[in-house]
Amino acid sequence: MVKEIERAGIPVVHMCTVTPISMTVGANRIVPTIAIPHPLGNPALTMEEEKAIRRKLVERALEALTTEVEDQTIFEV
Amino acid sequence: MSYKVVHYINQFFANIGGEEMAHVAPELRDGFVGPGMALNTAWKGEAEIVKTIVCGDSYFAEHEADAKKQVLDWVKAEKPDMFIAGPAFNAGRYGYACATIANAVQEELGIPVLTGMYEENPGADLKNKVLIVATANSAAGMRKAAPAMAKLALKLMKGEKIGASAEEGYMPNGIRRNFFEKEVGAKRAVDMLVAKLSDKPYTTEYPMPSFDRVAPNKAIKDLSKATIALCTSGGIVPKGNPDHIESSSASHYGEYNIAGVDDLTAETYETAHGGYDPVYANADADRVLPVDILREMEKEGKIGKLHDFFYTTVGNGTSVANAKGFAAEYAQKLLKAGVHAVIMTST
Repeated sequence: MVKEIERAGIPVVHMCTVTPISMTVGANRIVPTIAIPHPLGNPALTMEEEKAIRRKLVERALEALTTEVEDQTIFEV
Repeated sequence: MSYKVVHYINQFFANIGGEEMAHVAPELRDGFVGPGMALNTAWKGEAEIVKTIVCGDSYFAEHEADAKKQVLDWVKAEKPDMFIAGPAFNAGRYGYACATIANAVQEELGIPVLTGMYEENPGADLKNKVLIVATANSAAGMRKAAPAMAKLALKLMKGEKIGASAEEGYMPNGIRRNFFEKEVGAKRAVDMLVAKLSDKPYTTEYPMPSFDRVAPNKAIKDLSKATIALCTSGGIVPKGNPDHIESSSASHYGEYNIAGVDDLTAETYETAHGGYDPVYANADADRVLPVDILREMEKEGKIGKLHDFFYTTVGNGTSVANAKGFAAEYAQKLLKAGVHAVIMTST
């Protein structure tokens, strides 16, 4: 799906936990996330802590979207 | 009485010439020509090539409608039991011609057809419509290709049930045929692993689909002016899943308006995904689709706008073809709406 969005001409960042799959399907900008059932959250934390982590991840994703890449790139958080 | 076969080959295999003769128009000859001999030999009199149609590869490519009509007329007049084209190995136009003409004969005349070519030949795109025997990538593979094609063709002429692609040597065509393996799965897996570890050849029983690549688009220059859209394969939907997106092998995607929504809550959103533990996403869907954060950033002016619609489906077991179709469709909607960038989340 990321590839079809990219093909349409829109830059896209893929936020996912299993980054090897993201590489296989051909995402160009990839941000690794926390866990499969809660990629952008962590129920073990308080709501505030969780939101802070989510914000950090989203900021990283936006950074990826503002970064030129030549090839598939994983933006570690 | 033996079965009657009409064979289609190109100018090269008919010994007319190479590229310089690729323009020749279709020609009908009696009996076998060139590679037809190997087929005839393999049939040992049970079947026989009665006519051979020779056509230049460029002629077919440039005059497809005329060539098709001519070939169909000849085949129709002959009323054969079988139509065979090629094998074309890795010759692109020849492979395309073989698959296209075989498909036309099958569809319009209802005669069984068979062709053969290398797996990466563009003609192999029709493998779900026409039975195609997988061959080597050069004519040096004729010695193996001809008997394999002859054997499968004879089965088709006799109306016998054909086996699985792995047994018969044709390209997988999306039709599953059950058969009993000689060894149990555990032994086959261990044998395969041992072969792999000792650098010996082995054949996977579950080939991964091949994925093409798309070059990355230019980065966003100014986030504060950019419209960002959220998409997910994590199945986030409004509570109650109004469009009934399937929990697995989704047949459609959802488009939902989030204008004015600041936070996804347990009362308003949930996941339709059946491939992961839904407890966390159902309690707070922002954990999969971070609407809350993007709304905050929109208010702070960090991003121009969070797009009013998000697009969602369930990635669980959904075919590559479906997923591709969904995203290709909504990507056009995003483009039209002037979206500058997309965040796609997956579980």
